[in-house]
Amino acid sequence: MKLLDVWHKLRGASGFDGGVVLDMHKQTAASPIVDCPLPSVLIHPLKQHIGASCKSLVHVGDTVLRGQKIGKSQGYISAPVHAGTSGRVVRIEEHTVPHPSGLGMPCIFIEADGEDRAVAVGPKLHHWSMEEPAVLRERVRLAGITGLGGAGFPTYVKLLKDQRSPIHTVIINGIECEPWLTHDHRMLCEQSDTMVQGLMLLLHMVGAKRGVIAIEDNKPDAIAAMQEAIEAWYAASEHQKALKLSVQALPTRYPQGSEKQLIQAITGHEVPAGKLPMHIGVLCQNVGSTYAIYQAVTHGHALTERVITVSGDALPKPANMRVRLGTPMRFVFAQCGLEVFDDIQIIHGGPMMGERLKNAEAPVVKATTGLLAMQRDVLLAEHQVEEPCIRCGHCSDVCPVRLVPNLMADFSRQGDFEKAEEYQLFDCIECGCCSNVCPSHIPLVHYFRYGKGQLAQIRKEKSFAEASRQRSEQRAGRMEQEKSEKAARRSRVRAQAKPAVTEDKDA
Amino acid sequence: MMIHISPPHQHGGDSIRATMLSVMIALLPATLCAVWLFGWLAVWQIMTCMGVCMLGEWVALRMMARPSRLSDGSAALTGLLLALTLPALVPWWMTVCGSLFAIILGKQLYGGLGYNPFNPALSARVILLISFPLAMTSWLLPAATMPAAVDLYDVTTTLTLFFGGVESLGLTLDGMTAATPLGYIKTDAMQGIAVAASLQAHDYSYFNAFVGNEGGSLGETSALALLIGGILMLARGTIRWHIPVTYIATVAVLAAIFHAVDADRFAPPLFHVLAGGLLLCAFFMATDPVSSPMTVQGHIVFGIGCGLLTWVIRTWGGYPEGAMFAVLLMNCTVPLIDQYCRPRVYGHR
Repeated sequence: MKLLDVWHKLRGASGFDGGVVLDMHKQTAASPIVDCPLPSVLIHPLKQHIGASCKSLVHVGDTVLRGQKIGKSQGYISAPVHAGTSGRVVRIEEHTVPHPSGLGMPCIFIEADGEDRAVAVGPKLHHWSMEEPAVLRERVRLAGITGLGGAGFPTYVKLLKDQRSPIHTVIINGIECEPWLTHDHRMLCEQSDTMVQGLMLLLHMVGAKRGVIAIEDNKPDAIAAMQEAIEAWYAASEHQKALKLSVQALPTRYPQGSEKQLIQAITGHEVPAGKLPMHIGVLCQNVGSTYAIYQAVTHGHALTERVITVSGDALPKPANMRVRLGTPMRFVFAQCGLEVFDDIQIIHGGPMMGERLKNAEAPVVKATTGLLAMQRDVLLAEHQVEEPCIRCGHCSDVCPVRLVPNLMADFSRQGDFEKAEEYQLFDCIECGCCSNVCPSHIPLVHYFRYGKGQLAQIRKEKSFAEASRQRSEQRAGRMEQEKSEKAARRSRVRAQAKPAVTEDKDA
Repeated sequence: MMIHISPPHQHGGDSIRATMLSVMIALLPATLCAVWLFGWLAVWQIMTCMGVCMLGEWVALRMMARPSRLSDGSAALTGLLLALTLPALVPWWMTVCGSLFAIILGKQLYGGLGYNPFNPALSARVILLISFPLAMTSWLLPAATMPAAVDLYDVTTTLTLFFGGVESLGLTLDGMTAATPLGYIKTDAMQGIAVAASLQAHDYSYFNAFVGNEGGSLGETSALALLIGGILMLARGTIRWHIPVTYIATVAVLAAIFHAVDADRFAPPLFHVLAGGLLLCAFFMATDPVSSPMTVQGHIVFGIGCGLLTWVIRTWGGYPEGAMFAVLLMNCTVPLIDQYCRPRVYGHR
């Protein structure tokens, strides 16, 4: 095994296996972040994260303030939803959300009153280094922060301390390996001091000593800005030399920014299957999340806005924008000069892992990293026909998880889901490298999703069948018991009755 | 019809046609070399093979009511590869039979592109060798060493040879053919002649073997042309280095060990590497994606297996050349290799 690891080290030039070099299209890399105006109505879906949905706390007609909690989190892995601006709740109904199905989800509609009055989730904690980590963690939970890199995992869960595996390294993920997207890049350039402060805050919260800001080498200005900010911090605070902060430039290769691959590239360790990064002592936070955490702690701001990249080859004026959560996408596109969507495909996120949307009606949510307006005919799957697999093995060459994608896809297509699972289907991170390089244009990721969905269904049915089998067994057992009890009672009754009968006869 | 909307939405631009075209471009030096050595005869063989293979593919797909796949170039490539493994003097009808066998029995009956367990060109070549051993082992002399009566650069002469055979020119095979180096050291060895003496008796030169000026199949003689093509494919990422390198290295290492032990009985390593169809098989046949393993570990096992079998068949087998048998035999083991040579998945022990 050790020898194999050395082999993989030699092969993977930047510390993780496989990966592809993509056309990056980073047209907005030099566009400063601009504020998107406030629309007349904000739409807040009640579920914007991985985990349980929220419960509405408001009714139609209620007035709310910016930052006021309007959706209550239910369950352990969940995050509350806050009003994006001050105004009146006008509707609570199903509305389309950023999902390829175009299906709806309960949403709260807030009509802005234009005053944008805000309420904080707690007092400002400028001296956070004096506070207990638990207090700060609670603040992050109250602020409704989720991972802003796209996956939307509730952030406070990642900050929980596990006594068995203390965190030693905090990584700020500034890789941004998806083509077109540049919002993290701009944040690093424009908010470099806040980023260092945010990193310090995270180190304090988890008790770690080493902080790494990971940036791909295609963003030299961001690397320079962060290095400068770290040097300035070292110069300013002499008493905190115990902390080791650094900027690490990594080769530009997709999916460098995938959490597990980034951890492998920086620490040289793999996150064991079925475990979280915290189990090997690492915390990884996205640039946007770090900024949001810092704002929540120091200013008491709930998560009501985020920075996104609005771009694509069909967009007249691409930009990096600070957008209020809940802003309809149509409104955002209109700010960039796009009003008519004929022959244009909207993508929510980047072109490698983002989702195609049916229309522009859905709102911007916490997990929105970017909005792309693409010419439909240049996209994969619009003009390409799936051809037979020629077993060239490019898919397994580029797989960062070292799977054999074409076999897994084949098993899924044939309905042999158990076999696909045996080939570790559930370890697939759906980065899309395999589909990207496939000369036969096989939609491998599509087959993996199909296979995963079917397996989940099979498991559900199995557990349902198991439960009903147990129920029927229990019922049979109960019946048996009742029967024997009844028989025992009857014989007892009969035994008691017998003398009476004889007496009767005697009489 | 399934409409897939899953990501990714951006594609790297690779396609089956580009892959096939890339291999064909890499075969260009060997093809030109064949034309230089065997004149118009090489052109007729190559055109017949490619034409019949494409025709066979078109007819087979039409009969099965499947969409035409001619534009992906895989049938044309099979034709070119088959032509380059044939001796120049094979009669036209054998060439036609071989081409039809390659496409219809070797490929389409297994399910078409992507499903054939054996390399179609190699399997057709083996069928031809077994069916017509004399024609398939009569190696025409290259144009430069050919008697003046036969001009291989003349269109009518070569057409007469191709369709009518040697007899139609009033000649016999004897004056026009010569054994390959692998062939004569094998026959000489049976008479107890040492390898070095045998090579000397036949005026063997490493230079001729390297540039290709010796008897052999159309495209296999020139090591230089094949190396150029192989390096081109490696540079363009069409193939990975693992199969050709392990294949050639295995043959070379085995030959070196045995040559060191008994130089009279076993040929030196460089001779083995330059001789016969080894380089053609190592770069163009064993790397055929459909009939070779998928993972890097699998490639290494496959390459070593091919090398081992090639050397064993050359040294102790009934045929002087073993490369094609070795690759076909290793093709059989591919499902097994794929089953066991799976990389360790991230995060698993």
